[in-house]
Amino acid sequence: MKRIAIFGATSAIAQACARIWAARGDALFLVGRKAERLEAIAGDLGVRGAKSVRFEAHDLADLEAHPALVDHAFEALGGIDVALVAHGALGDPVLLAQDAALAAENIALNFVSAASLLTCLANRMEAQGGGSLAVISSVAGDRGRQSNYVYGSAKAGLTAFASGLRNRLHRRGVHVLTVKPGMVDTPMTAHMKKSALFASPEAVAKGIVRAIDRRKDVVYVPGFWRAIMWVIRSIPERVFKRLSL
Amino acid sequence: MGGYSSWGRYPRVKQRAVPLHWRDEAELRALAGEGPVLPRGLGRSYGDSCLNEGGTLLLTRGLARFLSFDPDTGVLRCEAGVSLAEILAFAIPRGFFLPVTPGTKFVTVGGAIANDVHGKNHHADGTFGRFVRRFELVRSDGSRRVCSPSENADLFQATIGGLGLTGLVTWAEIELRRVPGPFIVQESLRMRGIDDFFRVNEASERDWLYTVAWVDCLARGRRLGRGLYYRGNHAPGTGRARTPAVKMPRLRLPFDLPDFVLGEKSVRLFNALYYRRQLRALRRSTVFYEPFFYPLDAVGDWNRAYGKRGFLQWQCVVPDADTVVRLLETIARDRQGSFLVVLKTFGDLPSPGLLSFPRPGFTLALDFPHRGERTLRLLQRLDDLVADAGGALYPAKDARMSPEMFALSFPRLPAFRPHVDPAFSSSFWRRVQGETAAALRSGAA
Repeated sequence: MKRIAIFGATSAIAQACARIWAARGDALFLVGRKAERLEAIAGDLGVRGAKSVRFEAHDLADLEAHPALVDHAFEALGGIDVALVAHGALGDPVLLAQDAALAAENIALNFVSAASLLTCLANRMEAQGGGSLAVISSVAGDRGRQSNYVYGSAKAGLTAFASGLRNRLHRRGVHVLTVKPGMVDTPMTAHMKKSALFASPEAVAKGIVRAIDRRKDVVYVPGFWRAIMWVIRSIPERVFKRLSL
Repeated sequence: MGGYSSWGRYPRVKQRAVPLHWRDEAELRALAGEGPVLPRGLGRSYGDSCLNEGGTLLLTRGLARFLSFDPDTGVLRCEAGVSLAEILAFAIPRGFFLPVTPGTKFVTVGGAIANDVHGKNHHADGTFGRFVRRFELVRSDGSRRVCSPSENADLFQATIGGLGLTGLVTWAEIELRRVPGPFIVQESLRMRGIDDFFRVNEASERDWLYTVAWVDCLARGRRLGRGLYYRGNHAPGTGRARTPAVKMPRLRLPFDLPDFVLGEKSVRLFNALYYRRQLRALRRSTVFYEPFFYPLDAVGDWNRAYGKRGFLQWQCVVPDADTVVRLLETIARDRQGSFLVVLKTFGDLPSPGLLSFPRPGFTLALDFPHRGERTLRLLQRLDDLVADAGGALYPAKDARMSPEMFALSFPRLPAFRPHVDPAFSSSFWRRVQGETAAALRSGAA
């Protein structure tokens, strides 16, 4: 039995991960914005076999609440074996390109709030002397593209942050996993036309849970995105700037 | 938006799709639809009953939560987008199984209700709908009603087998079956002709929970109706307590096969080999439940084997054995060949839905690669035989039956019609009412 805290628990990927952990009989602590949705998820996880499920409704954009929230999670579970940081928002790239305030808000949610939360979690895990921290970044963070560079740059920051955190915590026995999903068929991408590149949240969750079990550093889900992003990163900037990606 | 086709990949239509993820947003989305809306789960219906040309599909797979489970009675309450595969993964380690399962586990609970699906145990247990205790139905007027045999009984009857036309089912409560383990003791018997089927079937139905026959539809004359008869029971004793996860198919057809692959010659060869795979008259084995119930689920996207033009499924129920023989003769004479010819009897337990397909008699299911007119002509001849016999066709497998054939198949249609939600419709429903998509677009619907 593991003690698992999930931040951004109402996201489709987080829900799919939670179902796998529930079926294993793990104890769960969920954080999300809407209490009634957390309640629906908690009910599902309980039926599926979770040892216990507790939840707390919080807007993770509110940074001041982070230290207390993380304390609550540690107290509720009696220590945390795995923390999954899964909150974020894609935003409308057209609006984000025009509206500076919206862009700043998007970056604040996707990068600043995740970094703040990870800091609180990292410090408690370091004191605890172990645990796994998994953070959902994105393939979009591997290179800025005109189609979603605001979101992408926030995720790039998050990838760098997680890399540094991993380096810092490695000797303390705390494992940090950077998850880079490609396109996933979730409410976040409901407006997009679905192609063969889209993965189901269930398939992505399976990859995430396995990577946590195996204490991987960085995982692309599905795995073929590693190759795609290698190609995209290899294109020289003077060529890349002409492409419509 | 979106490339949502049916499992037969014919016809192809343009429609919008709106994914649903929370029960509390359901009614809002339904009202926000442009044109008529239609709930859609995993899209395993073969024809156009899961399509809504010019309208909106409400995708229910995001409604996949379990709500409650009673380990003493086996009663499970879950959202309508939960798949039967997910229920099996949950139920088997707890000593339970689906009360009724169709030939694929990749269907949702909502879809199983909307088509009042049947399985190899129909002769013993009846349809899936008989194990549905209650469900919640959201209508476009914003109402939410719990329906059961005692509450809103008319909507309960209309919705079971109601092809998703009576509103959106958000959750349902079903009774699972207690089983000794995940294994099936199976026997397969060689049938040299159709008389063997009738004889073996009659002898098997009392002692075997699951029965079905595969028929070589190209065999004629004395050999008409030759094939293999399968019967199975849940195996006593648990053996190894395996807990299979919901796993994706091991193989997946990544592209369309060229049309000749499933042409007449290859079907003839396959059928001859398949029939001879068993030389003994009877073979007995204990197998895991998956290959017994879901042999085709092992190949993902197997529907692509039929090439770009897709294929037509056809399934009827007829009350008498003579019509079965006439149908098989007509198919054999036409030589179009079909891999998957399945013959089974339906028992006399009443189906709960106004539009439920199963009724006492024999059910015959086939699939043909779509070769245009020639295929449609054969199916029309088969329809006529079914109509003469007072039988019915299965909407979940249909892409071409006439409005008259539909009305003949479902005598309780007049009682069903008033329960159709005015905002809900499907390509199938408009077709069997004699309406076209063009009429819909011009506002005539």
